[in-house]
Amino acid sequence: MPGSVHLPTAIFVAGGMLLLYALSRLVSHGRAASRGFVSEVDQATHATLHTASLAARHLQDGLTPEGSARAAKHLRGLLGCPVVALTDAAGILAWDGPAEHHRNRAHGHAAEVMRTGRTIVLGAAEVACSDPDCPVRSAVIAPVVAEDRVMAAVAAYGPHTSAGLARATEEVARWVATQVELADLGHQRSRAMEAELRALRAQISPHFIYNSLAAIASFVRTDPDRARELLLEFADFTRYALRRGGAFTTLAEELRNVERYLVLEQARFGDRLRVSLMVAPEVLPVTLPYLSVQPLVENAVRHGLAGKPGGGRIRIVATDEGSAAEITVEDDGVGSDPEAIREVLDQRTDGDSIGLGNVDARLRQVYGDDYGLVVETAPGAGTKVTFRVPKYAPGVHATP
Amino acid sequence: MGRLNTAYGVVAIALVCLVTLAVGSFGLRLSRTTSDFYVAGRTVTPYRNASAIGGEYLSAASFLGIAGLVYTNGLDMLWFPVGYTVGYVVLLVLVAAPLRRSGAYTLPDFAEARLESLAIRRLSTILVVGIGWLYLLPQLQGASLALEAVTGAPGWLGGLVVAVVVVANVAAGGMRSITLVQALQYWVKLTAIAVPAFVLLGAWFSDGAPGPAIARDTRWEEPLNGLAGQGHPVYATYSLLLALALGTMGLPHVLVRFYTNPDGRAARRTTLTVVALLGTFYLFPPLYGLLGRVYLPQLPDGVAADTLVLRLPMAMVSDGLGQVLAAVLAGGAFAAFLSTASGLTMSVAGVIDQDLLRRRLGRLTGEDFSAAQGFRLATVLAVVVPYVASRVVEPVGLATMVSLAFAVAASTFCPLLVLGSWWRGLSTSGAAAGLVVGGTLATAAVGITVLAGPVPGWPGALLGQPAAWSIPLAFAVSVIVSLATPGRIPRHTARTMVRLHTPEDLVLERG
Repeated sequence: MPGSVHLPTAIFVAGGMLLLYALSRLVSHGRAASRGFVSEVDQATHATLHTASLAARHLQDGLTPEGSARAAKHLRGLLGCPVVALTDAAGILAWDGPAEHHRNRAHGHAAEVMRTGRTIVLGAAEVACSDPDCPVRSAVIAPVVAEDRVMAAVAAYGPHTSAGLARATEEVARWVATQVELADLGHQRSRAMEAELRALRAQISPHFIYNSLAAIASFVRTDPDRARELLLEFADFTRYALRRGGAFTTLAEELRNVERYLVLEQARFGDRLRVSLMVAPEVLPVTLPYLSVQPLVENAVRHGLAGKPGGGRIRIVATDEGSAAEITVEDDGVGSDPEAIREVLDQRTDGDSIGLGNVDARLRQVYGDDYGLVVETAPGAGTKVTFRVPKYAPGVHATP
Repeated sequence: MGRLNTAYGVVAIALVCLVTLAVGSFGLRLSRTTSDFYVAGRTVTPYRNASAIGGEYLSAASFLGIAGLVYTNGLDMLWFPVGYTVGYVVLLVLVAAPLRRSGAYTLPDFAEARLESLAIRRLSTILVVGIGWLYLLPQLQGASLALEAVTGAPGWLGGLVVAVVVVANVAAGGMRSITLVQALQYWVKLTAIAVPAFVLLGAWFSDGAPGPAIARDTRWEEPLNGLAGQGHPVYATYSLLLALALGTMGLPHVLVRFYTNPDGRAARRTTLTVVALLGTFYLFPPLYGLLGRVYLPQLPDGVAADTLVLRLPMAMVSDGLGQVLAAVLAGGAFAAFLSTASGLTMSVAGVIDQDLLRRRLGRLTGEDFSAAQGFRLATVLAVVVPYVASRVVEPVGLATMVSLAFAVAASTFCPLLVLGSWWRGLSTSGAAAGLVVGGTLATAAVGITVLAGPVPGWPGALLGQPAAWSIPLAFAVSVIVSLATPGRIPRHTARTMVRLHTPEDLVLERG
């Protein structure tokens, strides 16, 4: 008994120490930077950079009223003056500091800066009020110039101004301009993503719409009921493919649309196109970029089977891999040259398989480079396209 | 009472292990629905998913532990099955649908989705691994006890068998939370415990339904006679109930199952079915405890009460039938160890792999490893640590051990999940403070209870059942720190809350 009591105690103590160590690591993680400075200059530099990075966080959406209000607090720390105000063309964005009764006049003070784009210094005559204790007696106002336009103005109010404050204000305004431009770039990037997605949607249509309508037309006289059903499928397919709204959907929805697509293709190919789906029910609720499976299937039909006499078989498999789902689209068609596929995936050519390159790019954009398409193919050996999607990724939500 | 017949028991246990392994390797085929079209409509139904949750949830504590507790400590122990079930009622009312709608697959996922902070994610990861290990420990101990009781094998073997089967299964790619297999597990366990129970009840009636033999001074049949003889029974009972009721939502292998539900409504329906299924199962373990009092008033020295279920058939019915029943029960118990241990190992290994190992391995090996290798390594880690601990730590009783895991889960993830789902004022700092305070206090209490042995008086009661003070404390710290740091409320809180609480088929901008 004594032997077996000591060992667990030792392990418990060791475990406790480990836990403490881990906790202290976590706590000290944020502070590690504040130690080990050689001089006060270093420390001041760090403090400035740190304040700037805090302010940058709030400006990452551009000059929004809430973001500006939070950023203004840090800008005031940078400038070391009692009050900092941010104004744009429409009005005041943020007033940080005491003497709120001056707030309404800040927009007026900045009007000249907004018009000319030049820094101005205002004295007591223009700024001060009747209250002798009021810290707002003079101001430096500098323009925020982004993309050759005066977007906003930074105003530093204080009892008196100096050349140092004027220059510092100008620098801060320039820094804010950089942040605004960065935010703008971010917006542009997501707009580009959306545009790319829209391009993919539009891109399915031409061949497929023509072929489907031709196939449906051939049934109109011989089998009107079937023609009607196919038209309804076609309507549902286009509604899904051309929908607006979010960029993500569930695997169940995506597969439902693949099925519609295949019904229409089978109307054209008949028995030449054989399809098998094997889907683990556990992965049906997984969220993934919408139109990420359908282009792969379309690619398999167009490039794998259409050129092959006697048709072929397409297998769509979705399996549960724990924290991820794995989706495979496989055909036994004519296959293609691996080098050509590589070029498509690297987006060096806009070859026939643009669907593949686009799906690959979108998957990588959303989930990171570990989650691109994996293509196995050789001439005459069919094609197998595999990709994985994590069951959870921050910011990824399905929309109905 | 002689030793149980080794042959029957070994055959039953070997059969369960082999079937588990076989299903693991053939399972991939089973798990796929094959058809031409309209596969997508076949999401997992709430009923099947509920069976799967039941199959994964009913552990060694349920199968063996409760009977042992009722046998030793009396009617108070009936609160254990009540608590295990009530946890799902709380889950149903408070968090089932918001959890599903958050899109989270693991608890760290939910923490990250709600609080938009990687630090909180890391903290949750550490806690998930800790709770998972704490919960795996009694599974492995139970396996050792069961194998020892049935075959007389040395104590280290049973746990090792379970550990090896689970690692082989998970690492080979099988048993990956296959709903159908886990759903069948529930019915296997229910049959394994119910059929012998009915046979034994029949034997009891044909004996003229004798009353239990209770020593005068034990107050076995009275309520509130003190949990495990610790004293302060009222406090201990309420604390235990609180731990079990609020801890279920924080168990790592429970949330993973909710992801399979297609939407929040299905998540609620699943939870309701789980309550019914668990309620049915828990009718039986107390019966064994009671019959044990009737037929085995005195267990031989050095025999753990947790093995009562396995010993009872031999004491009650003729040799041949008794051996068969004991073998069925041993098989069922092993099924319980294996399924719970697999589910836990999967969750813990997933979290270790994703949050702790992957980046580090990548750096160490220069990206020279595959994702599957990383997951295998994580699986081994997830099992080896609790196995070693199960050999070192003195057993304190299966159900007690499990209730400690519940206490830690309730003190950490319950505040995070409940406040996270229902209070928009929760700040990142508040959540972190709640997790740290709740986790540290509950872990310390558990550690002292498990390692230092029983402490007398109030301190003993407080440490033995920490939930009643550690949960309110964790809540309070979360709320106070959140109120003090309004600046740290996540930026997209309003948007997240809308997503957590609106039905999925409602069309709105969820961004």
